[in-house]
Amino acid sequence: MSKTLFDKIWDSHVVKKLEDGSELVYLDRVFLHERTGSVALNSLAEAGRKVRNPAQVFATMDHIIDTFPGRGDTTLVPGGEAFIKTMRRTATEAGITLFDIGDARHGITHLISAEQGITLPGLIVACPDSHTCTLGALGAVGWGIGTSDCEHAIATETLRTGKPGQLRVRFDGRLGRGVTAKDMVLHLIARHSASGAAGLALEYAGPAVEALDMEARFTLCNMAVEFGAFTGLIAPDAKTLAYVESRPYAPGGDALEQARRAWRELRSDEGAVFDREIAIDCADIAPTVTWGTSPQDAVEVTGAVPALDRYPGGESRAEFLSTLDYMGLEPDQALLGLKLDAAFIGSCTNSRLSDLRAAARILDGNKVASGLRAVCTPGSQQVKQAAEAEGLDRVFLEAGFEWREPGCSLCFNAGGEGFGTGERVISSTNRNFRGRQGRGARTHLASPATVAASAVAGCIADVRAAQVRTASR
Amino acid sequence: MSQLVNDSVNESVNKSVNEPVSMKAFRQLEGIVAPMLIDNVDTDQIIPSREMKRVSKTGLGQGLFAGWRYTYDGGKKTGDNTNFVLNRPEYRAADILLSGKNFGCGSSREHAVWALKDYGFRVLIAESFGRIFRNNCARNGLLAIALPAETIAALEAQTRIDPEARRVLVDLEANVLRGPDGSTFAFEIAESDRHMLLNGLDYIDFTLRFEADIDRFVEADRLARPWAHR
Repeated sequence: MSKTLFDKIWDSHVVKKLEDGSELVYLDRVFLHERTGSVALNSLAEAGRKVRNPAQVFATMDHIIDTFPGRGDTTLVPGGEAFIKTMRRTATEAGITLFDIGDARHGITHLISAEQGITLPGLIVACPDSHTCTLGALGAVGWGIGTSDCEHAIATETLRTGKPGQLRVRFDGRLGRGVTAKDMVLHLIARHSASGAAGLALEYAGPAVEALDMEARFTLCNMAVEFGAFTGLIAPDAKTLAYVESRPYAPGGDALEQARRAWRELRSDEGAVFDREIAIDCADIAPTVTWGTSPQDAVEVTGAVPALDRYPGGESRAEFLSTLDYMGLEPDQALLGLKLDAAFIGSCTNSRLSDLRAAARILDGNKVASGLRAVCTPGSQQVKQAAEAEGLDRVFLEAGFEWREPGCSLCFNAGGEGFGTGERVISSTNRNFRGRQGRGARTHLASPATVAASAVAGCIADVRAAQVRTASR
Repeated sequence: MSQLVNDSVNESVNKSVNEPVSMKAFRQLEGIVAPMLIDNVDTDQIIPSREMKRVSKTGLGQGLFAGWRYTYDGGKKTGDNTNFVLNRPEYRAADILLSGKNFGCGSSREHAVWALKDYGFRVLIAESFGRIFRNNCARNGLLAIALPAETIAALEAQTRIDPEARRVLVDLEANVLRGPDGSTFAFEIAESDRHMLLNGLDYIDFTLRFEADIDRFVEADRLARPWAHR
């Protein structure tokens, strides 16, 4: 019988089907962070329980730590230092691997889980963070869990859950100039709504997905949760195997040979049936930005806020007007030229080396607009070191960006920092929810290149019109 | 305080702030009902984020309904809000909370459940519950019962005068509530949740009944996928 990629991974992890219809699913890896992992490990120890297999559990610091240069354990988050110190203590006591601040392998959980080869194709991974679906880019299944599930995961190596339905999204054709994976996923969500994939396991497929490099695939999978999906994943191919095989925690020798054989089977069979299918023609995708307070409120950068009689489906007129009031916008207002107060490049969505390179190509030889605050937070130490080795830090700093230490940072008030009330921010992050980047802050989501072009212009700008210095440095 | 109507209910409701949130068998409980008959009590109201700064699930009872329960002066707590239902003397030892539609909607914070339990509630009765909140209740030994509006109104009317003397019996073995006037109301909860509560299994204990299955799976999988294991 034909199986989907997701079926193959999921079905091979079912320990037991339970009477109530749920399934006990084996987890290959659990990744913790200081905000939830500290509470879960503490609570587990208080209950007299143990981590069942400490070798498969990893932890980092990203949600509460600050990202200022020269940082330590202090943070602007009230009471935050206790979470950092508890994470460190409980990780040591439980015997799990912690990538602490100061470690050359430290960074945002979903970045380092891939960089270190902790998540591999065909694995099931869980983490108390909704963007765990990022790791689907490796052909793995990952999803976010709450505190009780987190304790359950590390105490039993399993989770109890129902198998989700499935959706395939095909991207056909080729991406146009200046169009990135971020624009693909914003376009998808805008067209099919933020609940378009509600609860489904989403496989991205098609020639335009196969053409993406690994880092772009992480961006595409990262925002599956913004589409309402349970998880998002991409079948592993030669690029995936080349990415994975050199990683520190990846298998070697005979184990690698066995793994390669298993990984080659990880694709949806011909004739495999999905509950839903969506097809997108990449010719329809332009650089995209959001205007509202949901990722579905996205249009091409040359577009405008919807007219009063054409607001998004599922929203009432009152909600639409309330969104525009929050965002300080009018119906029909053009987005190009909208004046900005700040720009942010970072987060598990877009803080990898290729993201920083794309932004740096635009920033090189340019300056951010006067009065605009611009911050870049590389997603991991490995990204930061690689960027600095190429001199990208100089490009960002000379352009007027702050160059930060890795962490979740200004994506959601992590580290206790936010933008000000009414401040308009262009951001390479994943959520434009009210207050997420600071009380009253107005977020416009976009690709790193669009963020950079807009930071230079001082207003929302079309990256295709940006002056890019082409001479090699 | 709850009257022990069955040996298996060895629970004396403990309002201590240091008691770990633990799982005890729930079969029957005869308790005091506190009415909070409003709709859409969200988890931000149940426990505001400023009250959940501890690296722990314990001691959160103090923060329960903090925005409503205390009086404030410029953001600083100055005392108890004597108008708030749980601060009224007749409800100080309430075990059962009665509310309206969509109780526990909003943020997924599990702290809302931990705070209700730590405060001393064992049973929540409402017209409906937020989905994530209801799952969190089951995982933490808090019985959440959905009943029609008229049943909730009837329970409120029966307990309004002298709630301490006019207790409600919650019988999970029979899936029935009994009001102080003897009238009974059937209720339904998911069978897996009922099983966990009746046996005092917490979420993890429930799964650990299948530990041998997990051991067998891991052993076989280590041979099949040696590359995946650590």
